Amino acid sequence: MTGLAIENLAKRFKDETVLDDISLEVGEGETLVLFGPSGAGKTVLLRCIAGAVDPDAGTIRIGGEDMTEAPPERRGVGMAFQNFALFPHMTAFDNIASPLTARRSAKEAIRGGVEGVAKLLKIDHVLSHPPRALSNGQKQRTALARALAASPRLLLLDDPLRNVDAKLRFEMRLELPRLLADQGTTVVYVTQDYKEAMALGDRIALLAEGRIVQVGTPEEIYHTPATMGIAPLFGDPTINLLDAVPEQDAVGVFVTISDQRIPLDPGYAPAVGRDCVVGIRPELLRFSEAADAIPVTIEAETPFNEKTVTLVITKRGRELLVSRPAGAPGPTEGQARVACDGATVVLFDRASGARIVPETDGAQTEEAA
Amino acid sequence: MEHRSTAERWLHGIALTLVVLFFMFPIFWIVLMSLQTNETILRSPPSMVFAPTIENYVALITGRLETQAGDLDIAFMRNLGNSVLLSVGSVAVALLLGVPAAYAFARHKFRGSEDIAFTLLSFRFAPPLLVLLPLTLYFQEIGLADTYFGLIWVYQLICLPLILWIVRGYFEDISPDVEHAYRIAGHSWLSTFRRIALPLAGPGIAAAGLLAFIFAWNNFIFALVLASADKQPVTVGALAFVTASGIQYGQIAAAIVLSITPTLALALYAQRYLVEGLSLGAVKG
Repeated sequence: MTGLAIENLAKRFKDETVLDDISLEVGEGETLVLFGPSGAGKTVLLRCIAGAVDPDAGTIRIGGEDMTEAPPERRGVGMAFQNFALFPHMTAFDNIASPLTARRSAKEAIRGGVEGVAKLLKIDHVLSHPPRALSNGQKQRTALARALAASPRLLLLDDPLRNVDAKLRFEMRLELPRLLADQGTTVVYVTQDYKEAMALGDRIALLAEGRIVQVGTPEEIYHTPATMGIAPLFGDPTINLLDAVPEQDAVGVFVTISDQRIPLDPGYAPAVGRDCVVGIRPELLRFSEAADAIPVTIEAETPFNEKTVTLVITKRGRELLVSRPAGAPGPTEGQARVACDGATVVLFDRASGARIVPETDGAQTEEAA
Repeated sequence: MEHRSTAERWLHGIALTLVVLFFMFPIFWIVLMSLQTNETILRSPPSMVFAPTIENYVALITGRLETQAGDLDIAFMRNLGNSVLLSVGSVAVALLLGVPAAYAFARHKFRGSEDIAFTLLSFRFAPPLLVLLPLTLYFQEIGLADTYFGLIWVYQLICLPLILWIVRGYFEDISPDVEHAYRIAGHSWLSTFRRIALPLAGPGIAAAGLLAFIFAWNNFIFALVLASADKQPVTVGALAFVTASGIQYGQIAAAIVLSITPTLALALYAQRYLVEGLSLGAVKG
């Protein structure tokens, strides 16, 4: 059974199409991350699911039941808002208890439920405080506790870590997957932080300009982004995108970067002669002494804690980012050479921006990478 | 603010004093007048030295005014009662109708909603005299002239737009997400309105109610035309002090003091609630 099924959902505000023909399925107990740049329609989609926004077309099924027309209170979902949306005139306890009081549970049951979830989220000591007396992290946890309190069959989390500080965000990123797994509920999680998306999602649905561009596991999306447009959204530093035209000779298919040949998967043969864009993740480039590596000039080096990112310039003046683990030796200035394993690059059609899928078993090699 | 020179602080103090004097002096003077007899009031030049008397208040409360020209019945206490009844009644009706309407205008944009809201506001643009003549004729026709019910109805012209527009703004300021959150938690829209929207707009509703009360209390023209002697509020009733034997300044002053007391007390009492809760910012850090 599916936890959530959306078919052909559309939403317009005046003349602007916010959501366009969205179809999506989330399995029971699965965590799906809705990822996309701001303005992509993630929050509107989440609100449609919650019933806070009425879609213009399409159907929404929650746990197999058609909920398209149902009022929010009948949908049995829990939702945490990006801005927390706590009830300012109620204590944290009453905030968390609100889904339970709606079900007219007995007083002791409510108390037990609230304290249980509060303990889980480590806010049991601030239950008597009103929201304005809570820190941002506590507000965020209160909002989360409120969403979880009634053990909803579907949990909607709208960028819940957006408004909390970096330390807490990191902690919660570690804590949340276990918490969500323990609950066993179906989760739709909205974020625009790719690390959060990778850490939390069983699958990720990529939303851009109101359309779903790609749905897949974090690995699929990272290694084989569906379009050139979404490739830079994942990964830090961002993917290198270089214009190139694949060629073919007796040895195989290849592209040329600064007179150096980078062999490609033979499955790319149909793309030969087309204007393409080669996508190379910075961590897949390495400094090399080999004669067939790409000659470059070191422009700048940015050391991070766990990695060092170097900006280099090729002979034709194209910029490349090279990432290597911190401590790994590498040149810091002057001339150098950069090697790239052709099997790890992705190829996009320059005109449409869509990824060119290599034919035959090439596709499987890509997936495995 | 902390880094102010002595001169600035002095100017600040002087300016404040001037403003306070300007606004408080009439009230201070009217209180003094209410404690004097007509003779001492009309002294020239006026003096702040006099033997205070409470006979003005006694006359108002007992309803008997003794003058050189003879005894005069005054219905001041009845007028005061009318004022209370009319103002409280009007504000209550206006709140009952206006608050749900304000919520509807704030949350649901339906076809023509802006036009309806503006039409209601436009009632405040027209001079009351413009509507009074047709209104009087209609009211006489349908038997509403000179009834409390009719007066409260007409007072909605004053109270309803005021409450509607002020409260609407407060409802609009509440993040819709807070209401969505309550609905998603499983509560009906009615209980969301009662438990979330109403309490959060509480200070606004109180402010609007207070303002509407003051406007209704101070209304003169509607009651003058539409009410007969036994239904007149204090504003109209004060005319009775302009008698054939002269103007009873002392009683007028005492009547004014008595009639501003309820609104003043209400304002002072409500002040706490108006400020409190306005900064309940739980949405966004």
